[in-house]
Amino acid sequence: MAEPGKVDPMHQFTIEPLFGTDQLSIAGYNIAFTNSALWMAIAAVALWLFMLGGMKRQLVPGRWQMAVESATGFIDNLLSANVGPAGRKYVPYIFSLFMFILFANLLGLLPLGLAGLHPFTFTSHFTVTGVLAILSFSIVLIVGFWRHGLHFFSLFVPHGTPWWLLWLIPIIELVSFMVRPFSLALRLFVAMMAGHVLLEVLSSFVIDSTNAGIGYGLAIGGPSFILMVAICALEVLVAGIQAYVFALLTSLYINDAENLH
Amino acid sequence: MDAEAAKLVGAGLAAIGAGMAAIGVGNVFGSFLESALRNPAAADGQQGRLFIGFAAAELLGLLAFVVAMILIFVA
Repeated sequence: MAEPGKVDPMHQFTIEPLFGTDQLSIAGYNIAFTNSALWMAIAAVALWLFMLGGMKRQLVPGRWQMAVESATGFIDNLLSANVGPAGRKYVPYIFSLFMFILFANLLGLLPLGLAGLHPFTFTSHFTVTGVLAILSFSIVLIVGFWRHGLHFFSLFVPHGTPWWLLWLIPIIELVSFMVRPFSLALRLFVAMMAGHVLLEVLSSFVIDSTNAGIGYGLAIGGPSFILMVAICALEVLVAGIQAYVFALLTSLYINDAENLH
Repeated sequence: MDAEAAKLVGAGLAAIGAGMAAIGVGNVFGSFLESALRNPAAADGQQGRLFIGFAAAELLGLLAFVVAMILIFVA
């Protein structure tokens, strides 16, 4: 194994219990309040404050209300474009999903490390994104079977399937359907984790090269630092895109459940 | 070659997959921009499809990253 560097890029994903290690447990499993849970709570509170400031229903909206209204309008458009009129009732779910993931991704990027606080991106854990994906997938299943009953299985036979391919197409469709929650969860978790590992690796370049001497620091650390700043900007973009992609794919899957193919 | 070295070589080879996904993502956005400049009026309506294509192309690169991580930290 290679010699581990001074900066461990995986250390930032460690889950540390904050309190309740001894007393809080359900059926023998410890449910201590961890840093992951703390940042979920912070994301939820930030989202709540954001909505609270914009729900004053003023006739002439101020800046804050415009921000909230453009966010809700964005999700409303997304659903009406992808699902149609039946999509309106999913606006609360998709909106909460989108904003929660967006706030989580952005809060994890805050440079609070300068003040000694270490932001924790809980969307970089498969357990968290997995639960969100299972939530979306079970809504698709429940809505599909509720609305169409066993006719929902016709999802696996698209229109215009030639009869001599009937043995193959349903299998492919079934696999692509069952893999959806995994791909949904995996995409968000890996995208966030990869970005944070990349930033950490670049920061280790800066630290290690500067420790090796001023010449190395200027030659290697300087360009690495500039690249790091640029990657930070890219990460803000990725945080938005991944939240959008999660909401978009969920709405597409809901479209399958509402309207079949 | 001992097993540890083989793991690291495999993780390095998985980076090829990430590069391939970069080509794919670039292709998605490049083709979109090319056709959006031909017909700018229709471009906004296709943004959803743009991101679906982006997500599909990106996922395969992320899978390569997962393979590398599994090779280094799990296997």
